[in-house]
Amino acid sequence: MSISARIDIRKGISGRKRRWITATLILTLLISILSIVILMVGNTIYPIKTVVAVLSGETVKGATFAIGTLRLPRLLSGLMVGMAFGFAGSTFQTILRNPLASPDIIGVSAGSSVAAIFCILVLNLSGLVVSFVSVIFGLLVSATIYRLSQGGQFSGGRLILIGIGVQAMLNSVISYMLLKANQYDVPGAMRWLSGSLNTMSMNDIPRLATVVVVFGSITILLGKLLQMLELGEQSAISLGVRTDLTRILLIGSAVVLTAFATAVSGPIAFVAFLSGPIAKRIVGSGKSHALPSALVGALLVLVADFIGQFALGIKLPVGVITGILGAPYLILLLIRMNRTGGAA
Amino acid sequence: MKSSRFTGIIFISIVGLGLCIPLSLTLGARVIPLNETIEAIFSNQRTTVNQVVVFERIPRTIFGMISGMALGVSGALMQAITRNPIADPSILGVNTGASLAVVIGIAFFSIGSLNAFIWFAIGGAAVTALAVYTIGSIGPGGPTPIKLALAGAATSAALSSLVSAIMLPRTEVMNLFRFWQVGSISGATWEGISTVLPFLIIGLGVSFALAPALDILALGEELASGLGVKTNTIRVIGATGGVLLTGATTAIAGPIGFVGLMVPHIVRLAVGSSLKRVLPLSAIGGATLLLGADVIGRVLGRPSELEAGIITAFIGAPILIMIARKAKVKML
Repeated sequence: MSISARIDIRKGISGRKRRWITATLILTLLISILSIVILMVGNTIYPIKTVVAVLSGETVKGATFAIGTLRLPRLLSGLMVGMAFGFAGSTFQTILRNPLASPDIIGVSAGSSVAAIFCILVLNLSGLVVSFVSVIFGLLVSATIYRLSQGGQFSGGRLILIGIGVQAMLNSVISYMLLKANQYDVPGAMRWLSGSLNTMSMNDIPRLATVVVVFGSITILLGKLLQMLELGEQSAISLGVRTDLTRILLIGSAVVLTAFATAVSGPIAFVAFLSGPIAKRIVGSGKSHALPSALVGALLVLVADFIGQFALGIKLPVGVITGILGAPYLILLLIRMNRTGGAA
Repeated sequence: MKSSRFTGIIFISIVGLGLCIPLSLTLGARVIPLNETIEAIFSNQRTTVNQVVVFERIPRTIFGMISGMALGVSGALMQAITRNPIADPSILGVNTGASLAVVIGIAFFSIGSLNAFIWFAIGGAAVTALAVYTIGSIGPGGPTPIKLALAGAATSAALSSLVSAIMLPRTEVMNLFRFWQVGSISGATWEGISTVLPFLIIGLGVSFALAPALDILALGEELASGLGVKTNTIRVIGATGGVLLTGATTAIAGPIGFVGLMVPHIVRLAVGSSLKRVLPLSAIGGATLLLGADVIGRVLGRPSELEAGIITAFIGAPILIMIARKAKVKML
């Protein structure tokens, strides 16, 4: 390899690194600006001074309740949930090498939803127990899907197909529980099922934050190995990656993130699915896009929730907005993927 | 296969279906002895509670049979047209399309009559089927199972968020819809049966008339056109028939999944892949399965009942998983 070629490669690497850093910074900046706007705007619009005052612990009449009790938990949980879905989605998509293989499409979210709906409607539970049960059930469902799709060589296509089958079964269980539920509980359950940040309180935040930080870090740290997995099973093995262990750790973290976020907010449609491809678009290929995906996820949830609350005459849960925003993109992606033979 | 064996299989399956009918009439939250049931039917009296219950169960049983037939045949038809083993209204998202159309109808056009339900459901099913098939068949390799399944799942997800968006602000729509949403034949009435019947007869007629041409189509595109079959025309007519069958059934019963997936697969195991044999057997098999699922749901769910759609999804999804496991990696 000639020296100039080497310099070119170096340039390429540092260029990609610069692009990654710039993109991440811009995303963070956007989220920060949006967060401030979300804290300021609502039924009453408070100036930024009041927001800062409330955040630093002062008691301002009216504003302390509106910002501290209503808007801040909503903002923080939206942020966390979005990041969780972003991390999880990008992990699944990279491992299965298929942008469509996000947890919301292959049945992992449905697993957590069944458990959560069962806890909410049948057992009348809430809080930590619901999260815990959803995580366990989400893990069980993913393990089942993974086990069933083994046999011979690992095939992403088979896993997706089996995931869709499992999801169909789980959805029938959800429909059944909704049908048998008390009529007064149904609107609440439906709202939760379409993904909503309505019922957030400050109590939910610490454990959600812990989960996102811990499992998000695992996802970022293993991101390098994930890139090698992206090269394909054989190449990864020859590069010295313990593929099965890496895959299990990564999928495990992704499932915990999905299940926890789902238990808190309900399955917010398409966030997991959209974050990865958008982040990849922004940072380009060649760098791990776990963190950018998480940021994109957070941004999506915050924007959608803002639209759902204020932009339309009626208040719609965030999941409905992400669903409607995501649908055209999904169709577009499908068409593009099929054209290049990516899904087959 | 010898035609005597085929006749035998047809005979056995008709007997199987025949056994389901008395079960469907007698079992449920209230078990009515068989002789009392027969007496009630022949005396045509509705004085005791048992007699009333029997007469409530008759339309349900008939509707279960005809809609099961429709679903079984439409499954076999769609699998033949798309040449794809997993084609089924629930997997291709056609059910969700019908749901969306019905919700739009309830919410914005305040439809209430069965006829309007049917037309909306058929329209929704047709548009979705076309869209999913188009998206799934773009690109090299045409409509492979995995591409179609993904296109279907994705479209389903997209359409259900539209359903939520329309439904959530309207409590009364939500209440009407949640009962419809779980496929069930419990709401069948004579009026419902007579409204769907014309659609089903046309759909079934079209399917059976197309069977020979579709058998030739199965030999491959080029060979079929060489033999003088207008492949695209056949596909379009066949798809229309399938959509009529699914749409009309879905309008009354709600989305019942997996009947169309399971039945043709089991039937093909028994009689091979010729549609001339698969279609009639799928009709009988579908009727048996749906009626059976309904009876099982009534027995398991006592004193209330489990909807047939829940039972079929529960039996059917494992079969989808089995198909996916059996298929070669390359095929996926």
